[in-house]
Amino acid sequence: MHIPGTIIFDAEMASKGYHLNQFCMSLMTAPNRARFKADQSAYLDEWAMTAEQKQAVLDRDYNCMMSLGGNIYFLAKIFSSDELSFQHAAATMTGMDIEDYKKMMINGGRSPVGNTLTSEEIQKWQK
Amino acid sequence: MAKIIAGVGTSHVPAIGAAIDNKVTHEDYWKPVFAGYEYAKEWIKQVQPDVVVLVFNDHATAFDMNIIPTFAIGCAAEFQPADEGWGARPVPVVKGHPELASHIAQSVIQEDFDLTIVNKMDVDHGLTVPMSLMFGEPDKWPCQIIPVAVNVVLYPAPSGKRCFELGKAIRRAVDSFDQDLNVQVWGTGGMSHQLQGQRAGLINSGFDNAFLDDIVSAPEKLIKMSHLTYLNEAGSEGVELVMWLVMRGALNTKVKQLKRFYHVPASNTAVGHLVLENED
Repeated sequence: MHIPGTIIFDAEMASKGYHLNQFCMSLMTAPNRARFKADQSAYLDEWAMTAEQKQAVLDRDYNCMMSLGGNIYFLAKIFSSDELSFQHAAATMTGMDIEDYKKMMINGGRSPVGNTLTSEEIQKWQK
Repeated sequence: MAKIIAGVGTSHVPAIGAAIDNKVTHEDYWKPVFAGYEYAKEWIKQVQPDVVVLVFNDHATAFDMNIIPTFAIGCAAEFQPADEGWGARPVPVVKGHPELASHIAQSVIQEDFDLTIVNKMDVDHGLTVPMSLMFGEPDKWPCQIIPVAVNVVLYPAPSGKRCFELGKAIRRAVDSFDQDLNVQVWGTGGMSHQLQGQRAGLINSGFDNAFLDDIVSAPEKLIKMSHLTYLNEAGSEGVELVMWLVMRGALNTKVKQLKRFYHVPASNTAVGHLVLENED
């Protein structure tokens, strides 16, 4: 059982995503960002990432990157390099159009109703 | 002697910092957020703390995946605002208080809280956005800061109970410091938000408002709250709220609520803010 639409980044995921996340950290300097942008595949090949992880980065598929051990605060370095906001990236992960997502937030955000585990589900899970 | 007089709780949303730095705080979207902090900005000018113990989390800035301390205390004389990928925020250098920080480390480690000591740490929006909200845009910050970094990036974060007890240990350490200092403790982060996955954008105002009630008058209820409850009900990033419990633990059992503010949204996040003063 899982919390709907949520990946928990624990030590196991951190181990799986170690090189992916460290690649993301490298984008915190302007020279590295320039090199990455100039030839993304070549830059990614400098890192001991899996082919699947590299492809997810090239595709900017953030849900896939997270399923392969990416952490959202590290992945943020990628969309910051792309000059996209956190809100924009969050919208792409939900599959929503950015304008619709913005509107949803202004109207109070995504409702917890139907988007959380019920106490019965949690009890069943904990057994 | 040093004395903890008051505590502040506040969100530390990076977009709030960007709104200040890009000078758009007057826009309709941001106006209500900044209006919510007007009281605190006036109040802090009156009470003039010497030192703030500022509890925050690093967002893959100073700590990468090589080392992830659960609790870390900044003992340096100064901390540079970090370049988080779009250049450092144009805010003053953060001045530390090495003597008090070292004293806190010495004291709480001997009480079984194994803080990691950090002497070089660039500080990200988690620390500088609360300072901008409370102090505005001065040429230099009006007080010294002791950063206490809590891991909430890699699961599991420390429990709410552990955070609360750490706050109490910090209180004992400050009380035993032999300089006349007016000290505050700030807890930052939250409120409900989820930045990732199909559920991104989750906001739970019912949860948030109950949290704001309980942290003032019934923190013993909150310290029992499980990580699963935070993750499920406040979103994957809502677990940042455990950091408010460090602040609450450092205050008296009885506190006076001087300000409470709640607003949705700032970017992807619900903004919450409290100003609490110790009562006897």
